[in-house]
Amino acid sequence: MLEINNLHAQLEEDADVKILKGLDLKVEAGKVHAIMGPNGSGKSTLAYVLSGRDGYEVTEGSATLEGNDILDMEPEVRATHGLFLAFQYPVEIPGVGNMTFLREAVNAQRKARGDDEISSADFLKLVREKAKSLKIEPEMLKRAVNTGFSGGEKKRNEILHMAMLEPKMCILDETDSGLDVDAMKLVAEGVNALRTPDRGFLVITHYQRLLNHIKPDVVHIMSDGRIIKTGGPELALEVEENGYADLLGEVA
Amino acid sequence: MAIPKAKLRASKQEATNEWLAGRAMPAGGAWATAARKEAVERVRALTLPTKRDEYWKYTDPTSLTAAEAPEASLFEITDEGAVFEQIDRVRLVFVDGVFDAAASDDPSLAGVEITRLAEAAGNDIHWAKDYYGVLEAAGQSPVERPLAAFNTAFADDGVLIRATGKAEKPVSLIYERGEKAGDAMLHHVIRVEPGAELTVLENGPAAARFSQVMEVDVADGGRLHHVRAQGRDHERRAVTHLFARLGEESTLKSFTLVANGRLTRNEAVVWLQGENGAAHISGASMGDGEFLGDDTVFVTHSAPHCESRQVFKKVLRGGAVGVFQGKILVEQPAQKTDGYQISQSLLFDERSQFLAKPELEIYADDVQCSHGSTSGEIDPDHLFYMRARGIPQAEAESLLVLAFIAEAIEEIEDETLAEDIRARLSRWLERRRA
Ligand SMILES: Nc1ncnc2c1ncn2[C@@H]1O[C@H](COP(=O)(O)OP(=O)(O)O)[C@@H](O)[C@H]1O
Ligand SMILES: [Mg+2]
Repeated sequence: MLEINNLHAQLEEDADVKILKGLDLKVEAGKVHAIMGPNGSGKSTLAYVLSGRDGYEVTEGSATLEGNDILDMEPEVRATHGLFLAFQYPVEIPGVGNMTFLREAVNAQRKARGDDEISSADFLKLVREKAKSLKIEPEMLKRAVNTGFSGGEKKRNEILHMAMLEPKMCILDETDSGLDVDAMKLVAEGVNALRTPDRGFLVITHYQRLLNHIKPDVVHIMSDGRIIKTGGPELALEVEENGYADLLGEVA
Repeated sequence: MAIPKAKLRASKQEATNEWLAGRAMPAGGAWATAARKEAVERVRALTLPTKRDEYWKYTDPTSLTAAEAPEASLFEITDEGAVFEQIDRVRLVFVDGVFDAAASDDPSLAGVEITRLAEAAGNDIHWAKDYYGVLEAAGQSPVERPLAAFNTAFADDGVLIRATGKAEKPVSLIYERGEKAGDAMLHHVIRVEPGAELTVLENGPAAARFSQVMEVDVADGGRLHHVRAQGRDHERRAVTHLFARLGEESTLKSFTLVANGRLTRNEAVVWLQGENGAAHISGASMGDGEFLGDDTVFVTHSAPHCESRQVFKKVLRGGAVGVFQGKILVEQPAQKTDGYQISQSLLFDERSQFLAKPELEIYADDVQCSHGSTSGEIDPDHLFYMRARGIPQAEAESLLVLAFIAEAIEEIEDETLAEDIRARLSRWLERRRA
């Protein structure tokens, strides 16, 4: 599904700040991969580089989604190819209604794929249904995108967007941060509901606790812009027990 | 080198006299002729505006005072209906600044009297004489508005509207362009009687160079809603003045959409003279390329407990210029005034600019007044978030522009009209993507 080879990226405006330093990763359809790593190791940068945010320059390596090179695509084209990023810090957009935003996004993607736009009635029905399962109040749909939302509401809203857009490859960047246990369970349920054999997940997290609810198939440890260790779910538990220091020391 | 004041004054006077010399006052009865003669003298005394005048620093009036109107091509849009088309209204059509009865609806409307200025001016007496040129003259101080006096003197058409009850439908003034290039001049008077309510719509370019004055008197408890979408011909010029006097418990809400036009100068002069009056003057401007959109607003609070709002949003690209000169003047008796003023621009490039002169002048001690003016760009984080969800850049920008303008459109009370304006804006944005 997603294949990353020897990816190097640095800040566009400061070539001395090299963040990704030869990252290799392969996420298969139907699998959940987790990336764990200390703060500053480049996890969010990886998510941004994959989704096409300005400000980073890829100097080496490649990233493909279902065999298509995505690094040269505009962000919206990556999205229509099925890439989705749940932001670590969802952006507040005052004045743009959450519903309007979602409908535009769903229809833009459909249009780009050559499908018909969804009817207003179908859209409403669908969004209400999915919002309900995420315990998102109808009132939150009417508000401006993420504006005035609590931390938990923002994260649930990201999952709602994901559920509506039905991407093939979902990247979740610290979707657990700032959530209490109940909210985390809701989010995890939302994610688990989307687990299908043809969909891949890359779950970025700093803590192991989210992985109790979203069971990963593969766990990667990232440090200083590289994957330094890959293993099964037990690797996450190891981090939980011993922290990153041991693991990092072991590799160094 | 500075030119001596006396010499400047003399040259201004000379230019003004010359300008007046070639013009014939429209024929009319006693009241209109008296008003027009006084207006001619006002023009002579005020002299025509130049870029040296305090309130013409940002907008060069030269093309407005030139002997000939600069040419302006017609902007034909075939794939889009006219604004307000879906609204049930009484349409009054002016072609090249002349009322066209055949193209207009029957002007009889319960609760409203509508007379054509060209007809009423022929009478020796008319109710409009208490307002025609009177509010305009009052509005010459403390800021001079010679182009409005000029309009009073020479406009020979327009409508005189008197609302005596709650009007069933809006009165819609439509300004079309026909064969005649050049100038059009219209002068309207609107009197809203105590407790009456009226909505007035305006749209269309009228001419290559359009001069318009609207004198409004809203009596105690009256309400006037005014929504206008100015002509979209790219090279057209317009100078408009709204003079409005508000009584106790009365309301005026005026919204203007400016999309395109080489030069638009919209002045609004509002007096809140009775307690608990409310005046909302708002607008959205969309300019791309050779565009200057100027809103010059002066609100005077003379009575206590009144509320005024000025909300202006300008979207500028391709070297477009936005101007806002807004003042809230609170006189000593106007305690408990609630005044709000915001002017903001969204700049798409470095060539475009927004020039703002927000002013507060307050002589009462117990008031609440705020004003702010900002210039900004589209937030790249907003844009990326939207694009990452699959919304193409141009569409994302449109959504963000509409969000930026939303506060101004929310000033329109009627949701159907607001929706019409939004649709118009969306289409403007869409055309820019094509
Ligand atoms: N836009 C940026 N400007 C400056 N430094 C950045 C920027 N983006 C990332 N970095 C730096 O790159 C490193 C990795 O950051 P990040 O990808 O956010 O890590 P993580 O998500 O793993 O905490 C950090 O040292 C961070 O300061
Ligand atoms: Mg991060």
